[in-house]
Amino acid sequence: MMCKKFLGTCAIAGALAISAIASQQPASPPPQTPSQPSDVTTTIGSERGAAIRYAVPDFIPLSTDRETVDAARTIGRVLWDDLNYEHEFAMIPRDVYASVPPSRSVDDINFDAWRELNADGVVIGTVQKTDTGVRVQVRLFDIKQRRSVSAVGNEYSGSIANPRIFAHTISDDIFKTQRALVGVARTKLVFASDRDEERLAGTVEKRSAKELYVSDYDGENQRRVTTGFYLNNFPEWSPDGHTIAYTTWRTGPMQIAVQNPYGTTPLQMITKNGEGQNFLPAWSPDGTRIAFESTRDGNGEIYVANADGSHAVRLTRTPWNEGAPTWSPNGQQIAYTSDRTGNAQTQIWIMDKDGLDPHQLTHESSADRPTWSPPPFNEIAYSASNGPGHDIRIIDLNTREVRSLTNGEGDNESAAFAPNGRHIAFTSSRAGKNQIFTINRMGQDLKQLTKTGLNERPNWSPK
Amino acid sequence: MRRRAVNAGLVGVLMFAAACHHKQPPIARPTPPPVEEPATASARPPAPAPPVDRPVTVPDEPRLSDDSVASASLDDLNRNSPLKPAFFELDSSDINATAKAALDEDAAVLKRYPTWAVTIEGHCDERGSAEYNLALGERRAVAAKSYLVSVGISADRLKTVSYGKEFPFDPGHEEAAWLKNRRAHFVVTAK
Repeated sequence: MMCKKFLGTCAIAGALAISAIASQQPASPPPQTPSQPSDVTTTIGSERGAAIRYAVPDFIPLSTDRETVDAARTIGRVLWDDLNYEHEFAMIPRDVYASVPPSRSVDDINFDAWRELNADGVVIGTVQKTDTGVRVQVRLFDIKQRRSVSAVGNEYSGSIANPRIFAHTISDDIFKTQRALVGVARTKLVFASDRDEERLAGTVEKRSAKELYVSDYDGENQRRVTTGFYLNNFPEWSPDGHTIAYTTWRTGPMQIAVQNPYGTTPLQMITKNGEGQNFLPAWSPDGTRIAFESTRDGNGEIYVANADGSHAVRLTRTPWNEGAPTWSPNGQQIAYTSDRTGNAQTQIWIMDKDGLDPHQLTHESSADRPTWSPPPFNEIAYSASNGPGHDIRIIDLNTREVRSLTNGEGDNESAAFAPNGRHIAFTSSRAGKNQIFTINRMGQDLKQLTKTGLNERPNWSPK
Repeated sequence: MRRRAVNAGLVGVLMFAAACHHKQPPIARPTPPPVEEPATASARPPAPAPPVDRPVTVPDEPRLSDDSVASASLDDLNRNSPLKPAFFELDSSDINATAKAALDEDAAVLKRYPTWAVTIEGHCDERGSAEYNLALGERRAVAAKSYLVSVGISADRLKTVSYGKEFPFDPGHEEAAWLKNRRAHFVVTAK
């Protein structure tokens, strides 16, 4: 599945990949049509506070052509997975749906049969080809109340090229209206990979270039976004989700590039050769500034510049090494690493955004790469040294309690939060080479998203 | 010492020298005429060496300077680099005695080829985290550069870059591999 898609796209040139990404962005869902009179804006509950049980049968193709049939099947199954991802609903396994007479339209539902399966909510959808693409109609039914609820747009339309995006959009709408939760089904991951085995330019050593790739949140739809036989790594999405800042070696030393993976805006280098090594960019939450690590004045220190690289200001002034900055969600503080406690080990520290009031947060044997959770959580994930390698740990900033998401299964590094704070993407060597994994914030639901080549340093798009 | 004027080609001289190498008393009889060597371009047939009765010391020709390094392409140069890497202890960018010895040799090479410009790459083993190693690799490259500058190499010729743990020289997961990967590595970028 994932690998086939990858093989289909990996060979194409970057420019094509970028335009493909642009064209694969589905049209926005049409404005929600006015609610039908029978709809009631409400949330579906369960009896006695038990888990709310949802069912999502395959969507109904309204024509028999292969494309429509496949799209209907894909949308239903991906939507089931999307809804399962947040553990807000107890998803009823698909293999028991056979006892329910199949619906023939979005308004055709057998409440009694679904009630037999103890379903609280059931999503019924149809897929119809149109002149310009595909039209998907959806209803969410409250089985016990025997009515549909206006949890979702009644109709979605767009290109049929990637049916999964319809499921992702419907899933986000259901989480938003039913659980007041920001879903992540439409978000993306960006990461570095050497999967194309292109030889790095400018050295006789056999080194593979690493380029940046994006995928859907579930690892599907992996596509390449940078080219050039360079080493590019440590990407981070801008808060608006339009651009990616990353560390690039394309001009020799480490410098910071900003690139729009969806458009034709030329890549912009926001730091210059001759001003030390500049690396590990981190966007401020309002997207106007970028914090980064630089050796321009000697040892590693933290600087903040405008998003175009202008007006760089030094925040830390110590004889020690400070680096790997991450902003608090309100933009008032920056967490970072410092080796001032000695023994060549780094700990996580927090300071005000202007560099004042630094204080130590972690007391690990060594801790690196902090990343601050989005609200409603107030946590920082980091990689903690465990002897041979690293584990991903999370410290709760209110209680200072630390929990481990990984426990020595290979080397686990470079955590990144999903925009709802409920999931973490990270790099792990547990399957051999470095690969991208996701896990939930309590250390459950581990998923491996990549398999081809070496893949590392994921960052989760904010929307 | 008696010296004879030998009006002979190179082959004749070599054969003569070879004949003299024997420890037996020289026998005064004519050396057979040498077989003509077709490979000797534009050489006239050498005259037979005159008879000798004592060994003759043949002075060495002045040696041409060894230009195999200077004439190599950048790629060949970096493939068999005359610049030796400096190795480091775990988590350290200190130049120890072994690293110092390697860098002293490198300084001699850089003085011999004063037009060379080099990039010093800082590398780390896999045990530190990726982000930490970016900074550590830079410290290693800078430490090597600072040492070379302190022994007289112009800083203008020395660029630094850190590759952290991105490009291990040995992909192994044990100390033998790690110690190869903790290094300042030299790449000649201009001659």
